[in-house]
Amino acid sequence: MSYDRAITVFSPDGHLFQVEYAQEAVKKGSTAVGVRGKNMVVLGVEKKSVTKLQDDRTVRKICALDENVFLAFAGLTADARVVVNRARVECQSHRLTVEDPVTVEYITRFISNIKQRYTQSNGRRPFGISSLIVGFDFDGTPKLYQTEPSGTYHAWKANAIGRSAKTVREFLEKSYKEEDMESDTNVIKLAVRALLEVVQSGGKNIELAIMKRDEPMKILDQQEIEEYVTTIENEKEEAEKKKKKT
Amino acid sequence: MALFDVSGYKNHLELRGNILGTGVRHFNFGTTNQEFAVPAGMDPSGFLKSCSREGQGGVSIDLNHGTTTLAFKFRHGVIVAVDSRASAGSYIASKEANKVIEINPYLLGTMSGSAADCQYWERLLAKECRLYKLRNKKRISVSAASKLLCNMMLGYRGMGLSMGSMIIGWDDKGPGLYYVDDNGTRLSGRMFSTGCGNSYAYGVVDSGYHEDMTVEEAYELGRRGITHATHRDAYSGGVVNLYHMQEDGWIKVCKEDVSELIHRYKKGMF
Repeated sequence: MSYDRAITVFSPDGHLFQVEYAQEAVKKGSTAVGVRGKNMVVLGVEKKSVTKLQDDRTVRKICALDENVFLAFAGLTADARVVVNRARVECQSHRLTVEDPVTVEYITRFISNIKQRYTQSNGRRPFGISSLIVGFDFDGTPKLYQTEPSGTYHAWKANAIGRSAKTVREFLEKSYKEEDMESDTNVIKLAVRALLEVVQSGGKNIELAIMKRDEPMKILDQQEIEEYVTTIENEKEEAEKKKKKT
Repeated sequence: MALFDVSGYKNHLELRGNILGTGVRHFNFGTTNQEFAVPAGMDPSGFLKSCSREGQGGVSIDLNHGTTTLAFKFRHGVIVAVDSRASAGSYIASKEANKVIEINPYLLGTMSGSAADCQYWERLLAKECRLYKLRNKKRISVSAASKLLCNMMLGYRGMGLSMGSMIIGWDDKGPGLYYVDDNGTRLSGRMFSTGCGNSYAYGVVDSGYHEDMTVEEAYELGRRGITHATHRDAYSGGVVNLYHMQEDGWIKVCKEDVSELIHRYKKGMF
């Protein structure tokens, strides 16, 4: 008897198969990377190449939830649209009732709760997305959270989701240095370097959004990204040369 | 159910829920569901009017009313002073009623109007504040707490609730003082006084207030405000309960009988 039909049923060894299949759907989505620096938070996504007649701007994988929080996802785009919409409403609802902007943890908890509810009601399937949520709290602390289709969430210093997430995460574990995160450029460069590990065609398939404390989110344009990519490639070459010399 | 979701069918309860909010909301900021079901067509305020002395039938149920409470901000925090008389018509139900609810070490609420309404709704507010702290690991802000109370009042607007309350606290934004009443009014300010003795209290505090008061001067001003109001207002009396909201929480300053205080202030007169 297969235990993956009705989502509300546990398998004998304690698995919720639908949730695990949702996680598989996430692994097929394009990569997203998030890095939390001291004064800046960065989200980068791999932009899937568009066909000739398609308008480049209609697919945005980085969405602002409020002035101080934004989100990138990996997985089913349509599912993400629904979640992002609910989160945006909740951000405003929070502002209305509490007269304060949401904390990143609060809105992450809210999104995770929605996701969990869909793993425990009849006739519904889980959301097929993992998301990276970054932003600054009211008191100025930067935050980065990751949510999963199961409804769990964790805080991270740097993380990746989607295709080849494991490779990227290993790269981040090797290259993330606490002291480097003081400089904004280093934060951006780390995110770009992490994405370049898996993105084939270089700068033009990367979309990057940054946010500094007390400033609105900014999506970098193609030129700025190319500059970072060139800097990184130059640094790589110099590191190679040094290796060859010694 | 899934079919209902797809077809867009909403039954009556759900429609109402859309307006007021439904279900177990883990982010439930306050009671969006009405706590008490009111049958359609009922007019509680009309009913209450018919029960009091003005109505017919010889029935006379006078709700507990009448009080004086005041609060003002100054350089060193917020002073809160209340009287302690609970009256039902011309009957003094209690001379030591507690009109300040200590929600948490950083939040106070005062009560004036119908004692039952105040006690119930402010205790409910205290419960919501505790839940907020458990869910968000942070104490609730004064503006949020006053907003919760205000929304509770708005849910029953026009139905005969009677409550004039001040929410006083100290949070990340500094000292906070909000006035909330049964109409759903919510005002932030530097000084408020509520109850039927409020005009007397306003007179005293307005004339004695200056920004650079010392703490002792502020205590004295709060005491005077209540004492003079109880002297002239029949529905206020008992003792003055004085609180001081500071950065690290509130302290209860004193609890003094107004008859002793009035003799002190008006030495030559008696």
